[in-house]
Amino acid sequence: MKIHEYQGKELLKKFGVTVPRGIPCFSVDDAVKAAEELAETCGTKVWVVKAQIHAGGRGKGGGVKVAKSLDEVRQYASQILGMQLITHQTGAAGQKVNRLLIEEGADIKKEYYLAVLTDRATQKVAIMASSEGGMDIEEVAHATPEKILKEFIDPLLGVTDQQALNLAQGIGVPAASQADAVVQIKALYACYMETDASLAEINPLILEGNGKIKALDAKFNFDPNALFRHPEIVAYRDLDEEDPAEIEASKFDLAYISLDGNIGCLVNGAGLAMATMDTIKLFGGEPANFLDVGGGATTEKVTEAFKIMLKNKSVKGILVNIFGGIMKCDTIANGVVTAARETHLAVPLVVRMKGTNEDLGKQILKDSGLPIISADTMAEAATKIVAAVR
Amino acid sequence: MSILIDKNTKVITQGITGKTGQFHTEKCQEYANGKNCFVAGVNPKKAGEKIFDIPIYGSVKEAKSETGATVSVIYVPPAGAADAIWEACEADLDLAICITEGIPVRDMLMVRNKMKKKVAAGGKETLLLGPNCPGLITPDEIKIGIMPGHIHRKGRIGVVSRSGTLTYEAVAQLTEIGLGQSSAVGIGGDPINGLKHIDVMRMFNDDPDTDAVIMIGEIGGPDEAEAAMWCKANMKKPVVGFIAGVTAPAGKRMGHAGALISGGADTAEAKLSVMEACGFKVTRDPSEMARLLKAML
Repeated sequence: MKIHEYQGKELLKKFGVTVPRGIPCFSVDDAVKAAEELAETCGTKVWVVKAQIHAGGRGKGGGVKVAKSLDEVRQYASQILGMQLITHQTGAAGQKVNRLLIEEGADIKKEYYLAVLTDRATQKVAIMASSEGGMDIEEVAHATPEKILKEFIDPLLGVTDQQALNLAQGIGVPAASQADAVVQIKALYACYMETDASLAEINPLILEGNGKIKALDAKFNFDPNALFRHPEIVAYRDLDEEDPAEIEASKFDLAYISLDGNIGCLVNGAGLAMATMDTIKLFGGEPANFLDVGGGATTEKVTEAFKIMLKNKSVKGILVNIFGGIMKCDTIANGVVTAARETHLAVPLVVRMKGTNEDLGKQILKDSGLPIISADTMAEAATKIVAAVR
Repeated sequence: MSILIDKNTKVITQGITGKTGQFHTEKCQEYANGKNCFVAGVNPKKAGEKIFDIPIYGSVKEAKSETGATVSVIYVPPAGAADAIWEACEADLDLAICITEGIPVRDMLMVRNKMKKKVAAGGKETLLLGPNCPGLITPDEIKIGIMPGHIHRKGRIGVVSRSGTLTYEAVAQLTEIGLGQSSAVGIGGDPINGLKHIDVMRMFNDDPDTDAVIMIGEIGGPDEAEAAMWCKANMKKPVVGFIAGVTAPAGKRMGHAGALISGGADTAEAKLSVMEACGFKVTRDPSEMARLLKAML
């Protein structure tokens, strides 16, 4: 689960990471008021107007502006609020900006990069730091991998002063500011662990003219499996940032992801679902979604899955691929027939069933009188659905 | 022979009194030698009771000392599952198989580091399979987990996969063309887990009753590439490889917590090309995994 920058900064502050003073706003008037308030409380004469969307690359897309007067704050806030912000992460349609963050300006002397994530290979927590802050870190990793430093943290011990110092020195934090950098790094690590984050990234982390280290941005991602113990994080969820089809699917315990193609897929099991999408592509089609109905697919779940897939107007055909294990093929077949009837299915449907009670399932599909196309293998199913949507 | 388990393995079920634990314990008991294999259950609140004639003990340690069991299977719900793994480890079992899906990554991170620390301090190593996995089976001998037993047939092909239903797919294809399996292992779809592809490939390589292997992976993480590199230098048997997720977009979690493209090296195409360079027969068509393998024998 992702959150907004201003929410991330609230978390960072709680754990002792220094962040600029800022106020989130939902209207242009509030933005100007926020700027006035910041001028009064911290004497700033420069403000940063920042679009709050979950996608990265906001600056390049025109979603971050530095204002030198209250008039400019008003001007930029009206420009940004409500705009469709297009970045490399939003797709061509962009993401509508509904929230702003008004922040005091910062005196940037140097920009660094700092991130915490879980390393699968070592099964440790990795803290990554780089002297190349403010840039796209994937480009840095590609062009100059030696400029990305890593410390692997044993989660049973936590990050040591020495490890934090190695990073601070390694990325060139001046001696006078290293102690502050160590404090910030340790605070970020604590924040990452305590909130069950899967990514905590500060880009840039800056050195200010006064020698202080400060987090100018905050990007978080949280482990969905751990949200049950973090109501405070769940409260940060912004449904406007999520795909409505994915939200609807999650209510029925379906794992659904929208894609750009025209063939809807309904599969049990995440691996098999991906393999089904791949097979469609291999035989010349394009999947419209990933959909894993999970192990306990009931008639209700299958029907809801059909409804969600069919809401996507690009869908010109559906491929159902079920491996019946504990869940029997006849149960699924009944679900498919009910779903096809209830949704008045008007697009071609190919069903491939394998495993427990396979023959019974096929018979149910046949007896339904519905124009369901049956297939034995995944390749055959893909070939048939690709031909049917042409 | 087979890997990890056989008809003489004695198994403890942790979480035997829950709905899932009960359902699958009954199915496992019905399979091959299951009646003799599933000898104990654990639930501190129901110690002394019985379920399907299986005695329930208050702890894994007690269950082990009373029955001589060396393996446990875990169906405990996510919030307590990592503690259940640690209990199996503290009881010095040989193997813990964790079926539970949805365990917080941090809990797995903590328990994996505790397990490694124990071994580093000279303690006995308990192997972990999973979590979020279907378990493993040695056909006609024993099934520990949630896979449908009847699709398997005894034979000489090993199968290892992160995904449950893709394992079944490979097994069913093999059985259909007359190739049985020595063991089929689901290592699970989570980012922090126990046995990895490389560990299972090593075991299949050493198993005199395995002739060839189907190795199935997914997008995300370095595991399949590491296994392929190891195989290039060590594997004496033919391997067919498949990676799911060629069409998966970056940055999206494809059902499994571990199936997430985060960099350039963990895409399906990148993994397929490493596997190919390491001597695997790779396929982009999952329907022909078994057929390709047969052609290599």
